[in-house]
Amino acid sequence: MDDILEILANDARVTPEEIAKMTRKKAGDIKKAIKDYENNGTIVKYKTIIDHEKIRGENSSFVRALIEVSITPQKDVGFDNVAERIYSFPEVTSCYLVSGAYDLLVMVEGRNIHTVSNFVASKLSSMEGVRRTSTHFLLKKYKEDGQILKKASHGKRLAISI
Amino acid sequence: MANVLPFPSNMRIAKRVEQMAPSGIRAFFDLVLGMKDVISLGVGEPDFATPWHIREKAIHSLEKGYTSYTSNKGMPELRLEISKFLAERYKISYDFNEEILVTVGVSEGLDLAFRAILDPGDKVMVPDPSYVSYGPVVELTGGEVVRLKTDIKTGFKITPQSIEDCYCQGVKAMIINYPCNPTGTSYNKKELREIAKVIIKYDLILISDEVYDELTYDFDHTPFATLKGMKERTIYLNGFSKAYAMTGFRLGWAAGPADIIAGMTKIHQYTMLCASITAQIASTEALKNGFKDVAMMKREYLRRRNYMVGALNDIGLPCHMPQGAFYVFPSIKSTGMKSMDFAKDLLNKKKVALVPGSAFGQELDDFIRISYASSYDNLKEAVARIDEYLKESKHGKKTRR
Repeated sequence: MDDILEILANDARVTPEEIAKMTRKKAGDIKKAIKDYENNGTIVKYKTIIDHEKIRGENSSFVRALIEVSITPQKDVGFDNVAERIYSFPEVTSCYLVSGAYDLLVMVEGRNIHTVSNFVASKLSSMEGVRRTSTHFLLKKYKEDGQILKKASHGKRLAISI
Repeated sequence: MANVLPFPSNMRIAKRVEQMAPSGIRAFFDLVLGMKDVISLGVGEPDFATPWHIREKAIHSLEKGYTSYTSNKGMPELRLEISKFLAERYKISYDFNEEILVTVGVSEGLDLAFRAILDPGDKVMVPDPSYVSYGPVVELTGGEVVRLKTDIKTGFKITPQSIEDCYCQGVKAMIINYPCNPTGTSYNKKELREIAKVIIKYDLILISDEVYDELTYDFDHTPFATLKGMKERTIYLNGFSKAYAMTGFRLGWAAGPADIIAGMTKIHQYTMLCASITAQIASTEALKNGFKDVAMMKREYLRRRNYMVGALNDIGLPCHMPQGAFYVFPSIKSTGMKSMDFAKDLLNKKKVALVPGSAFGQELDDFIRISYASSYDNLKEAVARIDEYLKESKHGKKTRR
């Protein structure tokens, strides 16, 4: 990964001017490089990692489930067509083709346990080409996208030392 | 009766300790430590925690009951790893049994090196500026410090000429530290070769503190001992604190000619016995599997260095581009303030802490040491506050007139 991507992957708020200083390049060149990455799809989107457990209130609760999906591959297109039909549902937040005992690993998000169960029962397991599903509800998130969600403890260093 | 001392109070402390210059910086440090919510650019250690696989190894060793002494010289596995590392990385061979000693940080290595080679009255050339302990450690052994001046004009580099100018009768050794704390200055191979010629000419022993070697940004680090004619006269000191973010483990090593290492080991076995076994096990893991961590931290420091040098020059604190370590050493001459006054005033008004240049010698009163071993958000905020401070104090001057 080049410098620009590594910096932005860690903190998307860093400005092109600041990246220019860090890499000793011109701000204009950095802006152009970022634009290129955006245009060719290397940079897909800028997002914020949120710990949903910290949000209080009625509409804040989410239920997440990891679903193992076994499917029958189709001629010529393999798994891709069924995968597309699955990941097009907005309830699906992630979808991976994996090796091993099942084919797709799908992450689904819903308001409560019933919405997720309904989605699996009425949409997913009844879909043509889907042979079997196995649903695991998420109980606790410890780490997401390389980020440990528990706030790190600070202040272990002395504030000043030679 | 409790107040009656067994000796007159002016005789209780040894003369050479009494004579050690009191550290003026201590009071300032206490001021910083007593203040809350300070953004500190004054920290002389990495802001990364020790990589997890290294910590995990240490924890596991404790679970398994590795809590004993080790060989005085250090665990053979660790010495072997150090020897392998030096051979693979720098193409220099040290016998793990005769030529390597594991120490409690480079700090102990320094003390042992000077104690092993100095007789009372022997002189040591110590660069100005340099790490604060060099001078006092030389003096504690009964040696004499000869100041080897370096200049902002040469980017605080020691040059063959500066050694020639400084050399006098009775000088036995010289110490060099590169990349340097506090200036970040380092040397390429060609520059080191030129310095080596003068060291050989005067038949000096060189103590080379290379603890920041992995944090060299613009060229490859060259250990002094790899240069022709230098291995037999170099005490090569290094450790795990900076490269692997392991300051609290207190682990370093010395590599050098067998006779000197034997001398150092003699002192070490009576005064320290051995380094902590937990730290030695963790350090063995660092050498075996820590390469990627070092590379990651180096990339991060490099970006911060570039950012800080750019940002400080932008706000009117000129500084040279340091080649290594995690310090920049900007000049505050334009403010007309002494470094301690500047540091105190900035701390009081803007809650930003840094180390005044005077901590490294009175003649460095036009400089401050800024450490960029801090998160990028902190650096950004600190620069903004220093900028505000500079603008406000300029404004203050104008209104007084």
